[in-house]
Amino acid sequence: MSTTVASVSAPAELERGSRLGNRIFYLLCLAAALSIGVLLVLVAYQLYEGSHLAMKQFGWSFLVHSTWDPVNEEFGALPFIFGTFVTSAIALLIAVPLSVGTAIYLTDLAPLWLRQPLVSVIEMLASVPSVIWGLWAVFVLIPWLRVGLFPLLQKWLGFLPFFRGPIYGIGILTAGIIVAIMILPIVTSVSREVLRSVPNLQREAAYGLGATRWEVTRIAVLSYARRGIFGAAVLGLGRALGETMAVTMVIGNNPEIARSLFAPGSTLASVIANEFTEANSNMHLSVLFELGLVLLGLTIIINIVAQFMIRAISSPETRRA
Amino acid sequence: MSVAANHRYRKFKNGLMNTLAIVCALLVISPLGFILFYLIRQGASSINWAFFTNLPAPVGQVGGGMANAIVGTIELLLLASTVGVPIGVLGGIYLSEYGGERMNDWIRFWADVLNGIPSIVWGIVAYALIVLPKLPGFSAYAGGLALGFMMIPLVLRTTEEVLVLVPRSYREAALALGLPQWKAITRIVLPTALKGIITGVLLAMARVAGETAPLLFTAFGNSYWNRSLSQPVAALPLQIFNYAISPYDDWHRQAWAGALVLVGLIFCLSLSVRFLSREKR
Repeated sequence: MSTTVASVSAPAELERGSRLGNRIFYLLCLAAALSIGVLLVLVAYQLYEGSHLAMKQFGWSFLVHSTWDPVNEEFGALPFIFGTFVTSAIALLIAVPLSVGTAIYLTDLAPLWLRQPLVSVIEMLASVPSVIWGLWAVFVLIPWLRVGLFPLLQKWLGFLPFFRGPIYGIGILTAGIIVAIMILPIVTSVSREVLRSVPNLQREAAYGLGATRWEVTRIAVLSYARRGIFGAAVLGLGRALGETMAVTMVIGNNPEIARSLFAPGSTLASVIANEFTEANSNMHLSVLFELGLVLLGLTIIINIVAQFMIRAISSPETRRA
Repeated sequence: MSVAANHRYRKFKNGLMNTLAIVCALLVISPLGFILFYLIRQGASSINWAFFTNLPAPVGQVGGGMANAIVGTIELLLLASTVGVPIGVLGGIYLSEYGGERMNDWIRFWADVLNGIPSIVWGIVAYALIVLPKLPGFSAYAGGLALGFMMIPLVLRTTEEVLVLVPRSYREAALALGLPQWKAITRIVLPTALKGIITGVLLAMARVAGETAPLLFTAFGNSYWNRSLSQPVAALPLQIFNYAISPYDDWHRQAWAGALVLVGLIFCLSLSVRFLSREKR
């Protein structure tokens, strides 16, 4: 509409020029926005293309075989899928309760002056790189776990098969603990967003019935926010599945399915990090691409689920639609 | 249970749960304290002038530094920004200025999904695009591209968020003066939101600065100066990783020092963000 006003005084060329400018700029912006879709297709295509060789050789059975022998070119993904899920499960078991507790504290309990500083601290926590958590785990956490926590766990819970066996310090449980620390910030901040979107009317109604603070949280807040918190946990799972560096440094990189949580293991991301540059046969490289494809598929599905759950809850009245 | 006993029980449970929440919060923030304490205790003593000016020394020699890795990380961040910033900002402009609601919802949704893709996967993609076809193999370009891919959705989301804050009347005034829309956007809307956009870019840089996994088989690492962007390049996170898994005490000390510098760099980036966004309000 601007151009119709301008055309009264401006020469026709100028108008054409600005129209062309508008057109070009619009197309540039559109292309940039569509690059999101292009990237997604590019990632999937590159990984698929790269794993072509492995798919032809092993087919679907790749996913359920547990031998990993690069020398004899026998490959199965099961130990890594197993390791990925077990470390992520441990991480969620530790991180979700702590995060939800913290989110409750941040939204309903903490004194007002303390909330913003605490949120900043959690943001700082989120910005510490994976490799530095790994460094800290190798030199500080592992020595302590080996002589402190793990022997105690073995003493108390040794009747369970997965707390038996020799303690090395490195291993699946250690990886789970470090991943838990790394997903705490994201689960906390998303849970906090979800709790904040619970209408105050809910809380006031519960208070009005004479509920204590905890009862308000349990009855009015948590039950209302349940789905969103579940979404936060799923988002945390997505992050946990893909954690690479810290896990690579502490898990022990053993491509076997062990019964004990103290035993070394391996995850999809850690085996790629470890073997990618050393892969000297095409088949080995192709198999690593396929592991990447499995990881990509898992994280995309998990993230889609998480986004749906979070979007459904987060402030439906403010959402434009 | 009598009324009074029931009341006491509820009070007790309330107190217990409140305490539990406080304990949770303390446990969640404690790792930050631990990590800062150890970074400073283990790293500070190895930081000296040589650390910032020298190349890594072979095992057993004293006086090595990480100068090449520090410069390499900056090179990679700049390369990543040349990929991530233009695409991210233009995409953000599309969302706030042009896109329809439905389309925008989809783009936001998939941008968030992209955000959740593990960083190592981006490394594989850059490897397949640049290293494998030898264009030019392990190089700063490949590392920068991997990090740049990761920056796109981050920059896009933050750019949109700050652009929609620019009052509608600014756009209307510019259009009423006869400015074509693209000029109204680039001359009026963008400058108004510039601080916010820079904030978003710095945040995205801080987020990818510490990434190691996508660099393992793209930038590859280098113990010498990087003479050309088509050569392998050292990066702080890579160097920290290689030193941390080495068996030498000397290198472990260097790894701690490198970690301290890297965390310092990232915190500086995030702090400047806080500074920028505080001034705006």
